[in-house]
Amino acid sequence: METKKKAVRVGGMKATLVDTLVHIFLAVLSFIWVLPIVWIFLMSFRAEKGSYVKSFFPKEYTFANYVKLFTDHSALNFPRMFMNTFIVAIFSCLIATFFTLSVSYCMSRLRFKMRKPFMNMAMTLTLFPGFMSMVAVYFILKAIGLTEGNMIKVGLILVYSGSAGLGFYIAKGFFDTVPRSLDEAALLDGATQWQVFTKITMPLSKPIIVYTVLTAFIAPWVDFIFARVICKANSDQFTVAMGMWNMLQKEYIHQYFNCFAAAAVVVSIPIAILFLLMQRCYVDGMGGAVKG
Amino acid sequence: MGKKKIKVDDPYALKKAFTKGDLFTKLSVIICGFGCIMRKQVVKGILMLLIEVGYILFMVNSGFHNLSLIGSLGTQKQGEVWNEAAGVYEYTQGDNSVLILLYAVATIFLTLAFIVFWALQLKHAYKLQTYQEEGREIPTLKEDIASLFDKNLHCTLMFLPSLGILFLNIIPLCYMILMAFTNYSKKGDHQVLFDWVGLKVFAEVLDFRSDTGKQFWGVLIWTIVWAIFATFLNYIMGMILAMLINRKRTRLKSMWRFFFVLSVAVPQFVSLMIISIMLQDHGAVNVMLQNAGIISSPIPWLSNAAWARVTVIVVNLWVGIPYTMLQVTGILQNIPSELYEAAKVDGAGPVTIFFKITLPYMLFVTTPYLITAFTGNVNNFNVIYLLTGGGPTPVGNTAGKTDLLVTWLFKLTVEQQYFNVGAVIGILTFVVLSIIALVTYRNSGSYKNEEAFM
Repeated sequence: METKKKAVRVGGMKATLVDTLVHIFLAVLSFIWVLPIVWIFLMSFRAEKGSYVKSFFPKEYTFANYVKLFTDHSALNFPRMFMNTFIVAIFSCLIATFFTLSVSYCMSRLRFKMRKPFMNMAMTLTLFPGFMSMVAVYFILKAIGLTEGNMIKVGLILVYSGSAGLGFYIAKGFFDTVPRSLDEAALLDGATQWQVFTKITMPLSKPIIVYTVLTAFIAPWVDFIFARVICKANSDQFTVAMGMWNMLQKEYIHQYFNCFAAAAVVVSIPIAILFLLMQRCYVDGMGGAVKG
Repeated sequence: MGKKKIKVDDPYALKKAFTKGDLFTKLSVIICGFGCIMRKQVVKGILMLLIEVGYILFMVNSGFHNLSLIGSLGTQKQGEVWNEAAGVYEYTQGDNSVLILLYAVATIFLTLAFIVFWALQLKHAYKLQTYQEEGREIPTLKEDIASLFDKNLHCTLMFLPSLGILFLNIIPLCYMILMAFTNYSKKGDHQVLFDWVGLKVFAEVLDFRSDTGKQFWGVLIWTIVWAIFATFLNYIMGMILAMLINRKRTRLKSMWRFFFVLSVAVPQFVSLMIISIMLQDHGAVNVMLQNAGIISSPIPWLSNAAWARVTVIVVNLWVGIPYTMLQVTGILQNIPSELYEAAKVDGAGPVTIFFKITLPYMLFVTTPYLITAFTGNVNNFNVIYLLTGGGPTPVGNTAGKTDLLVTWLFKLTVEQQYFNVGAVIGILTFVVLSIIALVTYRNSGSYKNEEAFM
């Protein structure tokens, strides 16, 4: 009895030491991870001009960068970029969600001849560099007149949502966890496959639907590759990412550096909130559809 | 569930339609939908006929013309004539190889689609024939439509997404692959008119001695090194981080998680641009280190080749670890606790448990994720392009020292217009990736048996 008690106490001390070390380690890592974010937040209130920093943190603080960001329409019109991105995001989100959920459901639940070939094809396609075909997509969009003026938005919507059917893995994984017995019961009761899809599976899949919606909505905000290929120099059609990328180019960086910091904050906050929401749904989703 | 596959003989195979088809079925070979029209599926048949008529009209109007140009890709150079009266150069319309090739590819795909359609309608005609012979009820249009929402739901759901993939992935990809066999490039001024050159570009890129070849092999090796480091460091460290946070005795779990998730939540391009600014020679990090007296002269984080390579890997850890942490947290918690309890009863320590239970389980469940992560890293455009832009770039080269195949591809096509070299690089990237992925994916448990672990 005596020795056992001792062992527990020694174990306790060792455990306390390990605990302390783990917490210190986590604290150091957290500092490193949060540092750039804190820095840009402070930089967005920086009063000094130009992109050259003399000290890590700004010397004086001001709110002028934000005012300039929303009122200066000369070279880079931020409010317009914001609206452009918003419009593109809404539409591409609707289309992409429908595409992703449809394909994932088919892959998970329905058995048909083209199923395995389709999955293999999707796997193969993801192995090509995503924008290898970008130039070709640009030529195609140009050939059907989607690279001029406001049609650029349509082009962007197509580009962001069109191939959403390839991203079925996560939602398929979720649908796989919805018990098949529910489907079978419904089918026995005379439901059609469509009813099973809309009335049984969808109501049980809230987390993964929200996840898909948010992923699709966020994509246009954070992509600048496709936007750059399709917008070219049409600055009135720029998306936010495109505009911010331009703010850091040689011709603008001196004048727009602080604005960039402000824009980074303005864009990041809503996107971060949506992202956190999305993660919540992802975790819920991975927990399985029907608990217990 | 038995794994044996029973090969079902297709009762409505195309061959049978030819050999056993009656007059109506055989006429469907030439007149699409004829069998349908004659067998009470009038609306369906007429629609089929309309598709055929549309296809033929298209081919006569422009299809054959498009295909006829594919050999030469156009010969007419854009002309330039000095107009004395107006005092300007006037341009005469020349051939544009880009468009010629694009239209030809589109025509080929349309033809393929038509052939598939033709075969399907023929089979359908034969199916109706057998239905009639066997005295079965022929489905009405209403029943057909209803089946699209029941038995054939997959057709309905897959139609538009497949169309999107076809137009935005497959056709562009084929188009780009074809470019690899042309001389469409800034070099030699072939930006409007170009010709087929066969495998010449491949030979040039793969040749150790040529200028492009040297760059290619350098970039390829770096890409693979980068992908291995980026994938496995992220995976292991992300998993360890997740386990540290999820330990029973770790306090403030959600706070730690929040700190790391925050860096994922901020859009990647924003955080990468910020880090890139901070790591400039006279950027915030060097200023901070100098002010603290740790270093005397700035560290060339991104401007010296060796430093830059280490920096991008480390920054990628910053980007990737929290992401991995998020991905694996749920799966880690899903590991059946009986496994752990059994191991503990058997006296296994935490290290043994990690290597004998956690890691094998995780590898089983996450093999597809690991492959995706690996290919994602080979194609990791953002980190490299936003941090270093592929630089530092030796004078006269198109590829920089931290360029991956993808960033080089981007530069070659979007920024510098060496389209053919870019296309070749893209194809070679694909070859490298597919070899790696297919070998690992096909051998992974989760592909062989989709349904269950163990």
